[in-house]
Amino acid sequence: MARAKDLLVSLTLLGIGRRRPKLPSDREPIVPPGDEQPGSELAVIVLLLLTALFSAAFIASYAIDRLPNQTQLMGFSLGLAFLCLASALILIGKRLVVTEEIEEDYPVVEHETEQEAIVQVVADSGSRLTRKRLFKASFGVAGAFLGAALITPAASLGPFLSVDPFYDTTWKRGRRLVDEGGKPYRASDIAEDTFYTAFPEGADKEALPSAVVVVRLPPKAFELPPSLARYPAHGIVAYSKICTHAGCAISLYRAPLFQPDEPKPALVCPCHYSTFDPATGGTVLFGPAGRKLPMLPLEVDAKGFLRAAGTYDGPVGPSWWGVRMRKAKPA
Amino acid sequence: MRRLWLTLLCALACAAPAAAASSPSPPLVKQGKSLYGRYCLSCHNMNGEGNYTPQVIGAGPGRDQQQQNAVAPSLRGVGAMAADFYLRTGYMPLQKIGLQPRRSKSPLSSAQIDALIAYVASLGKGPGIPTPHPERGNLSEGMHLFTDNCAGCHQVAIQGGYVTGAVPPALEDADATQIAEAVRIGPFVMPTFSKKQISDRQLDSIIRYVEYSKHPDDRGGWAIGHLGPVPEGLVTWFIAALALVAVCMVIGKRLTSHG
Amino acid sequence: MIRKLVRFLDQRTGTAPILRKSLRYLFPDHWSFLLGEVALYAFIVLVATGTYLALFYQDGTATVTYHGPYVPLQGQHMTEAYRSVVNISTTVKAGLLIRQTHHWAADVFVAAIVLHLLRIFFTGAYRKPREITYWLGLSILIIALLEGYMGYSMVDDLLSGMGLAIGYGVALSIPFFGSNFAAWIWGDPFPGTHQFFSRLYIAHVFIFPALIGALLAAHLGLVAMRHHTQFKMSRRETERKLVGVPMFPGQAPRSLGLFFAVAGVLFLLGGLVQINPIWLWGPFHTYTSTNGAQPDWYLGWLIGALRLVPSFDLVVDGYTLVPNPFWGGVAFPGLVFTFLFAWPLLERKVTGDTAFHNVLQRPREAPWRTAIGVGMVTWVTLIFIAGGADRIDVFFDISYTSQIWAYRVLIWVGPVIAGFVAYRACIELQKGEPVEHDREQAEHEAKAAATVHEVA
Repeated sequence: MARAKDLLVSLTLLGIGRRRPKLPSDREPIVPPGDEQPGSELAVIVLLLLTALFSAAFIASYAIDRLPNQTQLMGFSLGLAFLCLASALILIGKRLVVTEEIEEDYPVVEHETEQEAIVQVVADSGSRLTRKRLFKASFGVAGAFLGAALITPAASLGPFLSVDPFYDTTWKRGRRLVDEGGKPYRASDIAEDTFYTAFPEGADKEALPSAVVVVRLPPKAFELPPSLARYPAHGIVAYSKICTHAGCAISLYRAPLFQPDEPKPALVCPCHYSTFDPATGGTVLFGPAGRKLPMLPLEVDAKGFLRAAGTYDGPVGPSWWGVRMRKAKPA
Repeated sequence: MRRLWLTLLCALACAAPAAAASSPSPPLVKQGKSLYGRYCLSCHNMNGEGNYTPQVIGAGPGRDQQQQNAVAPSLRGVGAMAADFYLRTGYMPLQKIGLQPRRSKSPLSSAQIDALIAYVASLGKGPGIPTPHPERGNLSEGMHLFTDNCAGCHQVAIQGGYVTGAVPPALEDADATQIAEAVRIGPFVMPTFSKKQISDRQLDSIIRYVEYSKHPDDRGGWAIGHLGPVPEGLVTWFIAALALVAVCMVIGKRLTSHG
Repeated sequence: MIRKLVRFLDQRTGTAPILRKSLRYLFPDHWSFLLGEVALYAFIVLVATGTYLALFYQDGTATVTYHGPYVPLQGQHMTEAYRSVVNISTTVKAGLLIRQTHHWAADVFVAAIVLHLLRIFFTGAYRKPREITYWLGLSILIIALLEGYMGYSMVDDLLSGMGLAIGYGVALSIPFFGSNFAAWIWGDPFPGTHQFFSRLYIAHVFIFPALIGALLAAHLGLVAMRHHTQFKMSRRETERKLVGVPMFPGQAPRSLGLFFAVAGVLFLLGGLVQINPIWLWGPFHTYTSTNGAQPDWYLGWLIGALRLVPSFDLVVDGYTLVPNPFWGGVAFPGLVFTFLFAWPLLERKVTGDTAFHNVLQRPREAPWRTAIGVGMVTWVTLIFIAGGADRIDVFFDISYTSQIWAYRVLIWVGPVIAGFVAYRACIELQKGEPVEHDREQAEHEAKAAATVHEVA
């Protein structure tokens, strides 16, 4: 009982045990004194205790396994802990320390004497040189070549001198078209009004030239230029699935159910809505793509499987400086 | 034992006429016909023959839909499936002629829709209303199939989006039957996926994934629309930046008017 | 106690004079001067949370099959990198909290830099002698944009993978050497060498943060050496005389408080508001994509530009001189940053003002600068909004294709109108000030006269 009384007394003393700040009488204060704000002091102490409370809550919500909404509880408690500490500090800044407004000179604009001295030191130091210009030029040449030498190993990061890989494709004559699971497509599998994604049998599916989108159109729908006239097989056409604008996968197929008032069939890219016409060889109907979609020639083999009859009519992927200069290379 | 057999026989006997009754009763078809006259005739014409000029296949505008009044497809042979889909979603009767049909509250009651379905089904043999079983589907397979076939238009978290000339809708309001119907019909500019391309079992998985995506795992907190960076940017500026600028204004001084 | 500590320190390091000077270093007091600090504190949160995440992230590109607790991904093929981030989000305790806080911090970091940049621009703080400080800050902004892009692309989810492909397309579009440049960075045509994610990783956790840190140190050092600019709020502030609050005891609790406020807001968001739920997007494959994919907000201006450019590659005799994405992805941001970098020199040349400036101008005091600045901001903002035209179509039923055509006109007309309106607003506000001043003066005199009258 006596112990409890002692505890209570000491806590009370702590709570009201504010001491008036004492100044040594022989010194001028550098920071001017200000009036007391006991209310704000109490508020800050409460906020600091709350900070501790919320921090403990964070530790608890971390420690308890399988707590529902654990991420929310942790974020809430830690966030509030920070905000309570922030409030305490801001309150201190605005109410519990003196906000002095002091005047001071801006630093000197420039140091003319020192500038001159530096220039002089440099000038004086060159007193033994007779061919200053040649010296400077030689250092320049040495520096330039040494710098070039130092950055040369960076070339190993990639084949930046060779652009051959950009013309490579994973298709060649006779390669079967397979689905994502490796099952080959038959011509009879391909229906109108829908789209399929196909890959070259045995090739890396993630390589840009691999994925093609396959659609079937009624024979009368086609308006192909002569060079592409033999690319369809039984009305089935295949185009590179990689948009020629910036490289996203063309995963949208617009397949009108009722032609008279709906827009015609089109392959559309979801990134910037480049729209390609499968009936005309992949020409651009809308959107920023500057190049038509590469088309893969198709044929149907004796067993009815769809096969490539060659490789694309142009390199796949986004345009670059040489994209129109060479043909796509078969695998 | 005999009683059991008798009960079974009776049950079968009762079931048979019930099965027969799944083909619509004449009074229902008649009611449907009169409703058809009121709501559908002006565009879809007598006996659902449609109203349009046969076009060169593959023709049509390259970009946006053409706005044409009273042009409508034939309903012969579309079956109960199409009628059920378009009527229950409120796509039909068309609210605004000439624009993409949007999901809306139908002016028809459920009973009236039943009648219209019966009438349209009577116009020619067509597919019946499908009965999907999403609970039999596989969620992971569904996500994979949805990503490959649907996400390009409908967005991987079923929030819908844009394709040149159309707005693929968000799928939050679509029930399992409607999803199955849409996949098989391919309404407006949606592709038509047959059973050969997406089997019934695969469709069950896709529907299961769509149902899941209506209330997906949002363990990160407030989902802000499952759209990604656009709502995230809005939160950054209108919640975070606003709050932090407010804190700065509490801490620092403000410009008083020049004196 | 403090005395003992200070004595110990000074005897061992000799830093008491510097310390004393730093303690009383003056901060001119205006709330907008704290915006740079908000960015700094967001950066600190980024480094702290990022270090934690780096200890759990795996930069592998090998294909693995997922067998973790998140059911919809069961059995799906993905890279080790993606799987490690799914693990952080679902299995590592506090992993999702720290990951989301990190991502929110990145968004807020760039937003704070932009707000800070706007304050610097519209008050003329970049003028002599602070041009280098300004250029350092702009460099930090550019690096921050790239750093953020790399950060969310490291995850290899469907959305960011599409973004990487676009970055590749933009790199390819650089005239003369685009393909060489892209091949150099990626090591191979997209998706690149299997080391590509390791490169992203090292660049994101080491090279770029070190760059930002170094530039930031130089930036803050210069601010301290030339001292902070100030507004003329009373008769005391002049070009020579700085009026401010000393670091200690006045400014330190305020700044510290701001730091914890930033940390608090970021952790609150990190726990309560979901950001980049990559388990919902699924892993990236070059042959898959989703509708509604957007980059993080600070790259939204670029997607707008990419969507607005009409369909053409500039071809000369079979040589593709300028592929399409160049205009929106390289030329547009290049133009904006060239404008920003060149502005101090441009303004000096045109106004002939080569004086030192420590006092800031209110935007209305520099109508031309404000008008041009408002015009530029309007240009970028309209292009940014155009980037979201598809969602606007989804929500407000306004045709996307019509919007694109409208924006193609609006982005040129809008800035001119906005600039003109800003100019007139500045002039009018300036005109109002002497009137306001006279009115206040008259009220003051009237009050004084009334008091005299009463006394009398």
